[in-house]
Amino acid sequence: MSTETGIGAAVKRREDLRFITGRGNYTDDLNVPGQTCGVFLRSPYARAKIGAIDATDALQVEGALAVFTGRDTATDGLGDLPCGWLVKSKDGSDMAAAPHPPLAVSQVNYVGEPYGLVVAESLAAAREAAELVAADFEELTPVVATAEAAEASPIHEGLKDNLAYDWELGDEAATDSALATAAHVTRLDLTNNRLIPNAMEPRAALATFDPASGNYELRTTSQNPHLERLVLSAFVRIAPEHKLRVVAPDVGGGFGSKIFVYAEETVVTWAAAKVGRPIKWTAERSEAFLADAHGRDHVTHAELGLDGAGRFTALKARTTANLGAYLSTFGSAVPTYLYGTLLAGQYKTPNIHVQTHGVYTNTAPVDAYRGAGRPEATFVVERIVEAAARETGRDPVELRRLNMIEPDDFPYETPVALVYDTGNYQASLDKALHLADYAGFKQRRAASETRGKRRGIGFSCYIEACGLAPSQLAIQLGAGVGLYESGEVRVNPTGSVTVFTGSHSHGQGHETTFAQVVSDKLGVPFDDVEVVHGDTGRVEFGLGTYGSRSLAVGGSALISASEKIIAKGTRIAAHMMQTEPTNVAFEEGAFISGNQRLTLQEVAFASYVPADYPPDLEPGLSEKAFYDPENFTYPAGAHIAEVEVDEATGVVQLVNFVAVDDFGHIINPMIVDGQVHGGLAQGAGQALLEHGIYDANGQLTTGSYMDYCMPRADDVPDFVVDTTVTPCTHNPLGVKGCGEAGAIGSPAAIINAVTDALGTEDIAMPATPEQVWRKLSGL
Amino acid sequence: MHPFNYHKPSTLAEAVALHQGAEDPAYLSGGHTLLPTMTQRLAAPSDLIDLEGLTELIGIAVDNGTLSIGAFTRHAEVAASTEVQSALPALAELAEGIGDAQVRNRGTIGGSLANSDPAADYPAAVLALNAVIHTDRRQIPADGYFRGLFETALEADEVITRVDFAIPSRAAYEKFPNPASRYATVGVMVADFNGTVRVGVTGAGPCACRADAFEAALSARFDPAALDDAELPAIDFNSDLHASAEYRVHLVRVMAQRATARLASL
Repeated sequence: MSTETGIGAAVKRREDLRFITGRGNYTDDLNVPGQTCGVFLRSPYARAKIGAIDATDALQVEGALAVFTGRDTATDGLGDLPCGWLVKSKDGSDMAAAPHPPLAVSQVNYVGEPYGLVVAESLAAAREAAELVAADFEELTPVVATAEAAEASPIHEGLKDNLAYDWELGDEAATDSALATAAHVTRLDLTNNRLIPNAMEPRAALATFDPASGNYELRTTSQNPHLERLVLSAFVRIAPEHKLRVVAPDVGGGFGSKIFVYAEETVVTWAAAKVGRPIKWTAERSEAFLADAHGRDHVTHAELGLDGAGRFTALKARTTANLGAYLSTFGSAVPTYLYGTLLAGQYKTPNIHVQTHGVYTNTAPVDAYRGAGRPEATFVVERIVEAAARETGRDPVELRRLNMIEPDDFPYETPVALVYDTGNYQASLDKALHLADYAGFKQRRAASETRGKRRGIGFSCYIEACGLAPSQLAIQLGAGVGLYESGEVRVNPTGSVTVFTGSHSHGQGHETTFAQVVSDKLGVPFDDVEVVHGDTGRVEFGLGTYGSRSLAVGGSALISASEKIIAKGTRIAAHMMQTEPTNVAFEEGAFISGNQRLTLQEVAFASYVPADYPPDLEPGLSEKAFYDPENFTYPAGAHIAEVEVDEATGVVQLVNFVAVDDFGHIINPMIVDGQVHGGLAQGAGQALLEHGIYDANGQLTTGSYMDYCMPRADDVPDFVVDTTVTPCTHNPLGVKGCGEAGAIGSPAAIINAVTDALGTEDIAMPATPEQVWRKLSGL
Repeated sequence: MHPFNYHKPSTLAEAVALHQGAEDPAYLSGGHTLLPTMTQRLAAPSDLIDLEGLTELIGIAVDNGTLSIGAFTRHAEVAASTEVQSALPALAELAEGIGDAQVRNRGTIGGSLANSDPAADYPAAVLALNAVIHTDRRQIPADGYFRGLFETALEADEVITRVDFAIPSRAAYEKFPNPASRYATVGVMVADFNGTVRVGVTGAGPCACRADAFEAALSARFDPAALDDAELPAIDFNSDLHASAEYRVHLVRVMAQRATARLASL
């Protein structure tokens, strides 16, 4: 296959021309005849009883069409928004799931929670009408702080407290015993700051209802439109699946926040039938801050035991995870199965125990955000390992190396339920140390000091688990959906190929990568392969894109489907060449037997115009596959951060960052670099800049870019990124996934560098200038 | 945004007359504060009087030790002006550091001063450079212009026409940007007029102010160390998510010392 467009080639992203020339089709770009505008009524209070809602004046506004409240959706029998993962507490009981109506009915539980929808002919009319809706609220005392929520009085009626679950994993007795006899125990209290996702495109929905057919169509900013359809059909009961089409057109970023099934998209779809007109809703940025699911927000106490030689003997973590006011779609799984299972990191720690208290608070729901549980786990492991190295006077690199799982230890079963299939952690670390010129650090530090700057270096050797799998195991552990992916490869009569995938691209470049994979596998030109995704009307089924799963799971499904194409093509070609299929080989897009050769194009044509065709074979050349992985994939790598701290102001500048990642085989190295760069920028954002803050009344004080600090280009250095390769052992492409690694590994590396520079044990994220200045000043 | 009447007068007199005749009018200059406030429905003027047509408000001139900048001159124009760069490089640098490219291409000096955001950059320069604010009806000296939080000496219908800056022998502006908004958490301009030093401070309090003790110390000895123990302005220091009052107190001194050090090393 052409090395210029096949697997391993840095093909330019074919989707970018339309994006950078303004020709993308995002949800808000779409308009349909008769369209109306929706504006949501949102709670101004963190916790309040809803009294009378009077829409009389609102409906007097010229162009106002309807005002719906939670009472309307409830009366109409609309179901609650479900949480898709049933986590059980350690006593075996099911998690306490508070009902989550799409529109609040009797009580609002976070600022920005929708309690009504106003529909009008224009956005201006809808906004004006929304201002005139008179709603009575009786304020109640909110619960805001993560660490105090469990003890506070319950925010939800009918629940005995704010504890959604008390989950554990690992052997507590063995861990405690190992800690009790350890030569040294390092203890650390850590906070993983709340983050607010900020995709460039805010959420949006355009819902239509055709009374003639009874068909609904929802075009929306979703990372997984099939899941959206499934939930709206089976749980919210808007319409059965065959009467509901969900389309996710071009989507401008997600980072996890567009996985979930939200109130707004749901209510707009329902209301489109009520008003008999299409309704468009597009979130303003301030709505996105308030009502998109947030990320992280953990408080953890961790203890790491070491023997006299520095070997880790036990790790214990006690985590309180803020779940927000309601359990979002996958909110329950993030601080449990996506977090506790990763606490072995890259090390042979023999005893691990983790306990997670998932708590309700009067804040926006918290769910998966780039990395989802794994950045939190990496932060705990890599911060405490660094602290242990400093406390015991060991080089942080050598302590890590001493405890690392060795290349010949694989497959390696951790004490926290995972089996790592492959890896070579030392190789990534060695390469990263070389690229970061670790040996020259002392000189650079001395040079910084002459300029009034303190310099620090920090390491993070992370592991992640991608392509959550297999379905059967996950469902046993509480997952409400399978974790396979579907793919279809359709060879058209003249030999071009249309690929349908259940994965969804919202910036990842699947239209390019997946075309590379199929073009490479089938030996057809890259330009002859088109990738279709994001439409329940065109793609059979799918579970969407999250958890760095698309290539490992969705790409593998395309390989399976392609193999079926080759198998069927082989039978057709054998018939045409008057030989047995076993005598036919498929090479570089052609079926070959002896000196006979038929291209895939010729065979495809024969399959659709079956003149000379096997009598027992169906015409056509289109194949589907569902791929269910047998295990997670385990990308891993070594990140090294170097910072300079301005002693006078406390400003931290990230001056050098090296990331060496093992993603297995790589399809498009340019896209992988881009994914890593983006992840690293988000990790730097978490470590140094971003913080979602609620005040004691539950008001979001960082509700705009004036106060919520997103990383800018000048906040990050020119990243040095490289890779090592141990191919995944259980998927056909040998790939692992690269979407989240940057955000997973980097926060710990950066904070380790900052604490190294300051000579302090800890500093909370984000390490803001004032906080650093206070540390430096001993305040 | 609420509905409003839009006017685009071509003379100053016409603009003021429109303002006086309207129910709840607002002048529109760069619009970088007013328009977002209107789109958030927090402001709802009945009439918007766009000053963009008043060519008399645009332009930059240097004459006899004074740099005059028309009120409608955009930040980007000030930053790129060779006249400003040669006569008062510190002001060009200040303008180059305001907001981002979009803000600089729209925002105007007159709009910034009329709004008097406590974290705006220009007010520090107005005070340090002993500017005179010219309006459609009078001249207001810098020291009498800033009155409080978003409060100035301007009357409701008064229009700034130009700002005259005294050209110092040397000046420097040091800004500690808010990491999120990039407004000045603290910004300090130090200007030396042949041994008489003026120091303008923005971001620290409800409005820009001068640092008298800093001025005295630097006038006596132009050395960053002269500020080590100098008293801070007697203002109520701002405190917010990004910087407590205590931290701002510290930053005012550090920024003033850095501005001084830059000049002292020249």
